[in-house]
Amino acid sequence: MSDAETPSIEDAELAEESEEEVLEEELPQPELLHGVPVSESRGQVVLHPSREEYVALVSSLRELGYWMCIDLCGVDYLGYGPNRNLPEGVAPERFEVVVGLISHTDRSRIRLRVQVPESDPQLATLFQIHPSVENPEREVFDMFGIRFDGHPDMTRILMPDEWVGHPLRKDYELGRIPVQFKGASTAR
Amino acid sequence: MTSTDLTTLNSARDRLTSDGSVLRLSETEAEQKSGYQAPTEEGLGERMIMNMGPQHPSTHGVLRLVLEMDGETITRSKPVIGYLHTGMEKTGEELTYLQGATNVTRMDYAAPLFNELVFSLAVEELLGIEVPDRGQWIRMLMSELNRMSSHLLFMATNGMDLGAVGMMLYGWREREEVLRFFEAVTGLRMNHNYIRPGGVAADLPGGWDEELSAILDIIPDRLAEFDLLMTGQPIWRDRLQGVGVITAEEALSLGATGPILRSTGYAWDLRRDQPYLKYDQVEFDVIAGSFGDCFDRYSIRLAEIRESMRIVRQIIEKMPEGDYRVQDKKVTPPPRARIDESMEALIHHFKIFTEGFKVPEGEVYVAVESPRGELGCYIVSDGSSKPFRMHIRGPSFVNLQTLPHLMKDSFLADTVAIISSVDPIMGEIDR
Repeated sequence: MSDAETPSIEDAELAEESEEEVLEEELPQPELLHGVPVSESRGQVVLHPSREEYVALVSSLRELGYWMCIDLCGVDYLGYGPNRNLPEGVAPERFEVVVGLISHTDRSRIRLRVQVPESDPQLATLFQIHPSVENPEREVFDMFGIRFDGHPDMTRILMPDEWVGHPLRKDYELGRIPVQFKGASTAR
Repeated sequence: MTSTDLTTLNSARDRLTSDGSVLRLSETEAEQKSGYQAPTEEGLGERMIMNMGPQHPSTHGVLRLVLEMDGETITRSKPVIGYLHTGMEKTGEELTYLQGATNVTRMDYAAPLFNELVFSLAVEELLGIEVPDRGQWIRMLMSELNRMSSHLLFMATNGMDLGAVGMMLYGWREREEVLRFFEAVTGLRMNHNYIRPGGVAADLPGGWDEELSAILDIIPDRLAEFDLLMTGQPIWRDRLQGVGVITAEEALSLGATGPILRSTGYAWDLRRDQPYLKYDQVEFDVIAGSFGDCFDRYSIRLAEIRESMRIVRQIIEKMPEGDYRVQDKKVTPPPRARIDESMEALIHHFKIFTEGFKVPEGEVYVAVESPRGELGCYIVSDGSSKPFRMHIRGPSFVNLQTLPHLMKDSFLADTVAIISSVDPIMGEIDR
């Protein structure tokens, strides 16, 4: 038997020690970044502010170099399984507004996921901090029915003004809506 | 320059949110107020609400603008969109990941390969697979060629919008050279469904490099003709220089990316600043303007065609041998020849194309630099074979927000130049 095949006692001790270290690291601890719970998704940093913290967080991130709000979209989690990849202390709600920020000082990205409850689908607008969200917020309102408080023009953007319902909601019926044309007396 | 400071940025933002260049009228209000408005007691002069589009030759499809005019000058305006809305994000939730590329490729129809690329990159990120080198280089080759064809199309439409009608033909002629190569590789001129999760649909055909070199020999001379016809012409310069000016801080605040942001002198390009594929292994310059006007946006695109050709030349030299798609049996169907001889291969093929492959739970945002700016894709997967949510961040959709600010206090005749310089693609805006 060669030395390589029989692990020495020292090696075993070392292995035990490192296992203990790993276990300690894996203990659930509410991890915080910029004062809010943080998680990781495929190597991308995701922050989970509450609705109350949301605007203040985006504002302070802007001070830190996140000058550009690159994207804002909504997600309807109706019917999604239990594994939402949310950190401890963040209660899942039906809707989520996802905001992508980009830092021009260190060229990094950060994502915010804000939980928005079905019973009260509204959120404060980012318009005063990032005017770039004007169209995206209108789109989220149009597609999901989430209102943005303080938005200067909270109207539908893609669908006609008189449209009923919010198409990207998961419970929006597909294929059974008569085609709506303005001024047409009957549905075709 | 790639820096600015927060104070300038904040003052630009405050100017944008308070200068009232956006006309925020609902549909009914716009109808009631359309036409002549007599001077009011509130100190407003006479105003006219005008409607431009959606059927207008220079609105690049079905963009509609509601303009508030004071004589010939635009005081406020609002782009009205949605005329091409076909619910592609909703459709995306009903298609498997393999079918998804056929859906997204129809968004930005002038740069279809970028849509496929960003969708595939997002799916691969969720799957945790890496495409072999050759696949990545082919993707890079195709997207750079697509950038050329897209910018050549811009040259054509921009020329025609401004009255250089001959340009329409020249631009299309050069673009056709590139599209012919696309047809040889992918089988289609547009909406290729060539870049798919896991790699590309097929390897490059034999003799591709010679064919490509022939194209690269033709185009520089033609670009020199563009310079002769447009760049140096006093009429062309008069129409574009100083028109539709935007500063770097304003562009950043409005989320504008691509040639609009770069025209302000702010050299931000994801290919260099957040490299994806193999862009860190090729040499190219990021072209930036200095005045942020329509002329800069025009010349940046012209220069980017040349830069893309420079990249394509390097790719021809460096193209590695190997596999063009990942050999992960979960994602990749078996080769066509195997299907004839093996029952298992047939079943495998059938399963992949009917059920699709399952993607682990999670969410991811991936971005690439499309000819119009940052093209992003956000996918939420619930572990099934269809995306739970698929969102595309269309650069045109966000860039469109700059229009009211670019057009404020300019003449009606300049709107055509300004819309054209933003290069909006309605398929991507409305999705």
